[in-house]
Amino acid sequence: MRTKYFLALTIAVLLGSGMLVFANPPAGSGSISGKITYTGTPPKMKPIDMSKEPSCAKQHATPVMTENVATGPGNALAWVVVYISAGDQESSAPSQAVRYDQKGCQYLPHVLPMQISQQLQIYNDDQTSHNIHPLAKVNSEWNKSQPPGSPPIDTKYEKAEFIPVKCNIHPWMHGYFVVLNTSHYAVSGEDGSYSIKGLPPGKYTLTAWQEQYSQQSQDVTISGSETKTANFTFKVLPY
Amino acid sequence: MTLKNFAVTFVLGSMALVTVGATSMRAQSHVNSPDPALGTPSVDSTESHIGGLTGHAADGKKLYRRFCIGCHGPDGNGQGMNAQWIDPKPRDFTEATFKCRSTPTGTLPTDDDLYNAITRGFVTTNMPAWRPLTPQERANLVAFVKTWSPRWAKEKPGTPLTIPAETPITIESILHGRQLFQKLECWKCHGPQGHGDGPSADTLTDSKNNPIRPYDFSSGSRFMCGVTNQDLYRIFMTGLDGSPMPSFADVVKPEEAWDLVHFLRTLQPLKTQEADLWQTYRAAHGADIKPIGPDAAPGGK
Repeated sequence: MRTKYFLALTIAVLLGSGMLVFANPPAGSGSISGKITYTGTPPKMKPIDMSKEPSCAKQHATPVMTENVATGPGNALAWVVVYISAGDQESSAPSQAVRYDQKGCQYLPHVLPMQISQQLQIYNDDQTSHNIHPLAKVNSEWNKSQPPGSPPIDTKYEKAEFIPVKCNIHPWMHGYFVVLNTSHYAVSGEDGSYSIKGLPPGKYTLTAWQEQYSQQSQDVTISGSETKTANFTFKVLPY
Repeated sequence: MTLKNFAVTFVLGSMALVTVGATSMRAQSHVNSPDPALGTPSVDSTESHIGGLTGHAADGKKLYRRFCIGCHGPDGNGQGMNAQWIDPKPRDFTEATFKCRSTPTGTLPTDDDLYNAITRGFVTTNMPAWRPLTPQERANLVAFVKTWSPRWAKEKPGTPLTIPAETPITIESILHGRQLFQKLECWKCHGPQGHGDGPSADTLTDSKNNPIRPYDFSSGSRFMCGVTNQDLYRIFMTGLDGSPMPSFADVVKPEEAWDLVHFLRTLQPLKTQEADLWQTYRAAHGADIKPIGPDAAPGGK
């Protein structure tokens, strides 16, 4: 019994030291790419009536559509965050800030992924006041007014969380801050495709998150500089 | 039955009702003992400090079970038995998000903030003023309320806002405050006349997605977070967390904030120095005053 325990401990230590050797490797060269699609009938996105805010309405030749289930040709699903949820090595936040814009009474981008502790800068590019209200539960919730011409709000989040963001003045404005505990993530484009690069060899859990349809995961093993394909399919409902 | 008799019967009757009510509440708390499913927070390590008073969570727990559990619930999440009948909903203490704070948006309130909230109650809601409880009891409740969220063990309250001495109440101050009301778009929710009927008013929801109304200045009702000019200053500078009311601390300078306070007082149907000044000005310059709202030039008077 004791021998067994000792053996397990030795193996653990060996494994641990092995990981130490590989800690902070030169960014890996493996990658994962794929496509996010849906099955079923997605809800119809609705045109947003911005007539209550003429300074924003006139910036859009055609009405802006809601984006909670944004689809593209070939059953593509956009604005899905794909990220390494397990198996990734710890990494400190990059020094460059991520930028979030309020423009034409829209959040750009609709979904903004960032790393824990990464600097986040929020700009108001409009001629109207916005109140930026990220409805955090794990992190702390705050709510600030940002009139036109104000300097950007400089902030960051210390815990991983999917945070819905809204403007109470313009109730159609919806977005997400996606705070991740990894430096490896991507957001699917209009064609549903994504690509995560710079992965060192290893066994990973890859998770895809969509704001309305929660998340799903699959395991991916990367050895060397190969590119693995991992597709996700979300089941959608028309309501 | 004479009127006098009726009055006596009525008074006696109501007294009887109150007694029955009190007895049944006592009975209820008895049924719940020895230890109802009262959540898990550890109640021993937490204290509150209000002035010279030290509140103890263990004592606060007993008071909470007696006075607060009906609305705020056995788990402190605002889902007590009465909650379904109440609007606005009771506070969910597990989120540690509080409206009336002296601290910046997103930070924890001070013990004094919580103590004042319990003492003052929340006017126009079901939360009464708990002045019948002794200061020590209220301090104990503050200590217990802080056991519902782990944030209290990990974070310190924010640094309270510094409020500079109030600037003189002048018509210039009021007019500048009125410009700010236009420029900061307070009217989008509170309405051009402060009636709580701005274009965004009927779409507002709190952070739990329950509909919520902006304050109607013409109602003459007290503010939720205190009645003085200092309280009013604090309300819009720190914001009311958990509600749509944002913090303006980053965008309004302290001296400007007093101008806004002075203007906001003119919107209330109260006999104040601000209201007098404003009425005199309006009588003389009524034609020159541009209305507040979407048609006014940005920053217009």
